[in-house]
Amino acid sequence: MLDSIATSITLNGDPYPLDADLPLTALLERLNMRRTRVAVEINHQIVPRARYDETTVRAGDHVEIINFVGGG
Amino acid sequence: MQDTSFQLGGIEFHSRLIVGTGKYRDFAETKAAVEASGAEIVTVAVRRVNITDRGKENLLDYLDPKRYQILPNTAGCFTADEAIRTCRLAREVGVGELVKLEVIGDNRTLFPDVAATIEAARVLVKEGFKVMPYVTDDPVTCLRLQEIGCVAVMPLAAPIGSGLGIRNPFNLAIIIEQAKVPVIVDAGVGTASDAAEAMEFGCDGVLMNTAIAGAKDPIAMARAMKLAVEAGRLAYRAGRIERKLYATASSPLTGLIG
Repeated sequence: MLDSIATSITLNGDPYPLDADLPLTALLERLNMRRTRVAVEINHQIVPRARYDETTVRAGDHVEIINFVGGG
Repeated sequence: MQDTSFQLGGIEFHSRLIVGTGKYRDFAETKAAVEASGAEIVTVAVRRVNITDRGKENLLDYLDPKRYQILPNTAGCFTADEAIRTCRLAREVGVGELVKLEVIGDNRTLFPDVAATIEAARVLVKEGFKVMPYVTDDPVTCLRLQEIGCVAVMPLAAPIGSGLGIRNPFNLAIIIEQAKVPVIVDAGVGTASDAAEAMEFGCDGVLMNTAIAGAKDPIAMARAMKLAVEAGRLAYRAGRIERKLYATASSPLTGLIG
């Protein structure tokens, strides 16, 4: 029954719908993000870029995706 | 007059002007200003990706990390933990180990929290970061940060974005005299003469953002700052004359007519 309940993750502080566990690479693709421009943290743990392929995003995860912006 | 090399964490640089990338109208203007400044190092901030506006361009599309040394900052961090977390994330983007550490202690002055800055620097140096801390113009703090293993110290000239210029030249002179690592004046520069003055004191470099980005013509000001830093550096190396109270004639005192 749990499978039919729509779940979500917290992405950059906001809820983001996620129907099922998703490889991190798939999430980045869905968000149209190039992996060479961002860094990712899941549940306060940094995910090294080399491990994106083997990393799965699960319901309830807190995901942070950062990039560089203008600053001094 | 051939200049000596300028190294930060083992990387050699020729330009002694480091520029920020904030407060520009758009990325195109950022790029044009950076190019006009001749800077080889540019600071950037670390922020959450905008999820709702995903078509947005990325700053690094305009500032090629192969051409520029990207210097991520920890602006907006008020604790050592936040700053450490920000640096760890920034490193994962893959632009190297150099980081500009700033831990802010007060929102109104944006003065650094010195204790937290030292605490964060200690952890980051141990983790292999090449730390360039923004600090108060306090000689003892600069000494401590140097001892910890920071690759530079970056005392402020005046509050961030204030444009007040060098407010404590005597402290700055002491900091420079004691330093075994490059001293970079960070924050408070208002116009070209401030940058030249910092370099004339013997600073190794100047870091600025608002003075260029906030000028009426940022591209022209970027070039002015480039020239000022070069002029100040050259004047420092040339060795200025002593200050004297009374005049010394420039023309011969002999062979006068009549």
